[in-house]
Amino acid sequence: MRFERREHRPLYLLIVAPVLAVIAALALSGILIAIAGAPVLDAYWRILTGAFGSRLSATETLTRATPLMLTGLAAAVAFRARLWNIGAEGQFYLGAIAVAAASAKVLGDLPAPILIPLLLLVGAIAGMVLILIPLWLRLRFSVDEVVTSLLMNFVALLFVSMLIDGVLKDPLAFGWPQSQSISDHAMLPKLIARSRLHIGLVIAVALAVIVHLMQSRTVFGLQSRAAGLNPSGAVFAGVPLGKTLMKVACLSGGLAGLAGAIEVMGVKGYVTTDLSPGFGYAGIVVAMLANLNPLGVVLAAIFTATMFVGADGMSRGLGIPTYIADVTVALSLLTMLIALFFTQYRIRR
Amino acid sequence: MTVPVLEIQGVSKRFGTNLANDDISITLAKGEIVALLGENGAGKTTLMSVLFGHYMPDAGRILIDGMELPQGKPRAAIRAGVGMVHQHFSLASNLTVLENVMTGTEKLWSWRSGTSAARKKLLAISERFGLKVDPDARLGDLSVGEQQRVEILKALYNDARILILDEPTAVLTNIEAEKLFTTLKEMARQGLSLIFISHKLDEVMTAADRIIVLRSGKVVAERRASETSKAELAELMVGRRVTRPVREPSAPGTVALEAADITVKINGVERLKSISFRLREGEILGIIGVSGNGQAALAHLLSGTLSRTSGTLLLFGEPIGNLGVADVVSADIGRIPEDRNEEGVIGEMAIWENAVLERISSPAFSRSGLVNRKAGIAFAKEIIGQFDVRGGSPASRARLLSGGNMQKLILGRNLHQRPRILIAAQPARGLDEGAVAAVHARLLEARRQGTAILLISEDLDEVIALADRIQAIVGGRLSPPVEAEVAEARRLGLMMAGEWHEAWKADHAI
Amino acid sequence: MTLLFDIIASVGLWGAVLRIATPLIFGTLGALLCERAGVLNLGIEGIMTFGAMIGWLSVYHGADLWTGLLVAAIAGGVFGLLHSGLTVTLGLSQHVAGLGVTLFASSFSYYVFRLIVPTAGTPPTIVPFQPIAIPGLSTLPFIGPAFFTQTAPTYLAILIALMMAYILFRTPLGLAIRMTGENPHAAEAQGVNPMKVRYGAVIAGSALMGMGGAFLTLSAFNSFFPTMIQGRGWICIALVVFSSWRPGRALFGALLFAFFDAFQLRLQTVVEGVPYQMFLMTPYILSIVALAVMARRARVPQALMRPYRRGER
Repeated sequence: MRFERREHRPLYLLIVAPVLAVIAALALSGILIAIAGAPVLDAYWRILTGAFGSRLSATETLTRATPLMLTGLAAAVAFRARLWNIGAEGQFYLGAIAVAAASAKVLGDLPAPILIPLLLLVGAIAGMVLILIPLWLRLRFSVDEVVTSLLMNFVALLFVSMLIDGVLKDPLAFGWPQSQSISDHAMLPKLIARSRLHIGLVIAVALAVIVHLMQSRTVFGLQSRAAGLNPSGAVFAGVPLGKTLMKVACLSGGLAGLAGAIEVMGVKGYVTTDLSPGFGYAGIVVAMLANLNPLGVVLAAIFTATMFVGADGMSRGLGIPTYIADVTVALSLLTMLIALFFTQYRIRR
Repeated sequence: MTVPVLEIQGVSKRFGTNLANDDISITLAKGEIVALLGENGAGKTTLMSVLFGHYMPDAGRILIDGMELPQGKPRAAIRAGVGMVHQHFSLASNLTVLENVMTGTEKLWSWRSGTSAARKKLLAISERFGLKVDPDARLGDLSVGEQQRVEILKALYNDARILILDEPTAVLTNIEAEKLFTTLKEMARQGLSLIFISHKLDEVMTAADRIIVLRSGKVVAERRASETSKAELAELMVGRRVTRPVREPSAPGTVALEAADITVKINGVERLKSISFRLREGEILGIIGVSGNGQAALAHLLSGTLSRTSGTLLLFGEPIGNLGVADVVSADIGRIPEDRNEEGVIGEMAIWENAVLERISSPAFSRSGLVNRKAGIAFAKEIIGQFDVRGGSPASRARLLSGGNMQKLILGRNLHQRPRILIAAQPARGLDEGAVAAVHARLLEARRQGTAILLISEDLDEVIALADRIQAIVGGRLSPPVEAEVAEARRLGLMMAGEWHEAWKADHAI
Repeated sequence: MTLLFDIIASVGLWGAVLRIATPLIFGTLGALLCERAGVLNLGIEGIMTFGAMIGWLSVYHGADLWTGLLVAAIAGGVFGLLHSGLTVTLGLSQHVAGLGVTLFASSFSYYVFRLIVPTAGTPPTIVPFQPIAIPGLSTLPFIGPAFFTQTAPTYLAILIALMMAYILFRTPLGLAIRMTGENPHAAEAQGVNPMKVRYGAVIAGSALMGMGGAFLTLSAFNSFFPTMIQGRGWICIALVVFSSWRPGRALFGALLFAFFDAFQLRLQTVVEGVPYQMFLMTPYILSIVALAVMARRARVPQALMRPYRRGER
């Protein structure tokens, strides 16, 4: 048995692949649920109703999907240019803490229409700054950015922990390490009353569309794709490799930083070290499930959020650990990789 | 009659719709040197890969000393005494010579490598056949010629009695090649049997006892070297008389590009050493030389992807600084890169994107950062039509094009705009005879229209056919130019070996 | 100044160095073995997590400590099989596949752990490996209590480092592994099957990673808790580069790294006014610096991260 490269990639496979991958991941997780002694179909039904069964749960799922869309976009734009930014988690936290700091220490008194865009910008810039370190190390010393951006996640989280335990500590939090809350008028407007769903969702979807247009219609999009697919070919065609990677990195880090900023300004209002239940890492899965397509990222983020939110309710009902959601999401990354492989290759005997 | 050492019986191998080997039968006797002659794509390398177990044949069998060889098992081939010297060496540059040779020769699960015994054996073999090497040198530190010696030693170390050499002279200078053939003849005298793959008529005639001609996957003829001629072989190999276009006399114009004392250092190593040349409008200046002597640095320097360390460059008499790709493109300098797949195209991108990528920032193809897709597709369509690119539409991926059509696409995007200067690095490498003729015709047409062409090539025939003047590049140095009219093969051979003073003397002695 | 000297001269510091180094030695050797065969294994972080969990769980359920270590090694090998299936047979991106394995292995560990120990609160404990005093050597002043009263897996880790150095550079198997990592086509041409070598190296390497994780729950601590690996796997990947893919230097690198870590831990308790997070950051920053310094100098296996497909160049 051997694999043979497909000459033509049928279009339908690109749509079928993620669907099959998700089904396979659900089936595999189903085995784990069954081993734990719970009825599998009931469990999945509870996940679905837990995520979309009521108005409240549906808004909750979309609220959860918002940062995932942004970290998913962050991974997608970077991976498209073969820039392995695995540091979205750290960039998320840095964006979040930058917003908290700026609101508490500098900008807090500005009126909302100026303050909110300014804070979002601050968050994005903080994310960019963090990714520039691994990028610089790659361009200057040819250090693989995967490991450095991963290690930066730990540094960033400790840095945040230090700030919320020190200069930014909320004196009213009974000694818990928690940042000062941002000004009330810095909070993002709600999208639906009496829910946590905020305008960040609109921002995330709009950004997905913008990134999509940027990749498909602009010179920058064409050049970053070329840089990712074949660096020496891109250089020969005059693509400024360093500059292009720099722009891609800034976009990617900015999106991840923005995710952190929006999570603080839309949901929490302050920063703790458990602000993110792994949004940065889940963003990688989201991006892969979407096959790096920015519009697909929106759907993949909603799927991932469905698993996370739904698993909470299911867990309470059936006694299956909520980690089943993480397992399913991780498995769907692996099954998606395999599915993508078979869109490019076929089996020959 | 004795049993032949090697017998290939009715081997067929199909890749997709392409029948690479069609019922091929060949025999090889002890102490014999057989040349397998054929064009690129004739099926030579496929056949040898089947023999060596890299591919499973669809039909046929292989006998060694009358015993059938199990298929698809390189190890079985090695054990039966078949050794292969690949064109692209199968060596690891971070390991030592001895380690390269020893890999796979011992039982995998033994407690100790028999290093000292192996060293002794290696030295004995290298003594016996006159193949000198240092067993403890790191392979990456050796010259190409030495690496080939290691590749041959590796086969001999495995007690090969049948040695297969795939295009062994492709990377050697004429003088190194002569030395190699002396060694091969010595091996045959000592009882080894050899097959070497080639498309060069000269070396086939001088080195082989018997010549087997392959065309489109079939054996079309078999001749004793003493009973044939180059002309006959050429016709057999190509199957029809392909006439490569011939250069007509022309009157070169003003100097388009002049290099004076240019030196290029990469990571502290001088790749080009104070080179000088003048390239005039309407002429082709050929740069010959064995690969790895600075051609890549020269091509990259003029293509705008490499900066010079010192020296001056004049563009139509104007001194210019270091050029980036964008500057080169906007100065109407066309570029054909040495490696089509690595640099020429981005395989996973569409043909139209490949056509416009290098001038994507020009107003013709984008406005304020937005790509003008329509204009790009129209441009690609024009190239496809004008340059006869077959096998793809503007929207299909470039990877799907054959080598020849890919090269036509690259030629098209450069020549479409009538460049003033064209830097062509190995433009016909690896193409079949028809595509070569097409490429040559385009280059000559551009020359007629006044383009100044710098042709960097390893193919002596190509340069002799196309170039008005010829310079040789050796170890990063450039010889003085000779007029094509007075350049005959022997003199060019001396130039390529770096003996250009000898070449002058030879010239004056006559 | 005397303060620094006091720390360096304390027996406790040097004892801690070996203890901190042990999981890193296992992990680094494991990653090194994979990379020598040409496969980057970013599954390491998750595999170490799973090893820590399953090793602890086995002992918690009555297995003896060595069986726990063995179970962790086998589980690591199974994940190695998964990773090689993705990267060797299918030739997928080693970066993404490795991250996938890490995400899966760690979430799977937490899932299993929570299934067995549903409530949060203080995690249940086991009786871990006890230090073994090496007769004779352990009575030496200073050196004895520092280096020769460690738990058995620490001695095992050092032994494995030496063995791996021997195997890689002195046996035909080691040569086959190195050749596969440098040029799998050449290996194949000489009758070595690069697919098999890669599978073997990744499985064995992942088993070592599993053992490294298990050391944490079976020797350094006595219980399992989520996020206990704390980026140790990624540090190991950095240490492989630092070691230039040589087991001896990997051992040295892990010890050096552990020395700084142990030193920083002790400094934390005596230096005032500096937030403890600054100290905790140093290992990660140190790893990044080590990468930057060594990346250009190191002789990377030439076929690292290049999938091998027969007949494709």
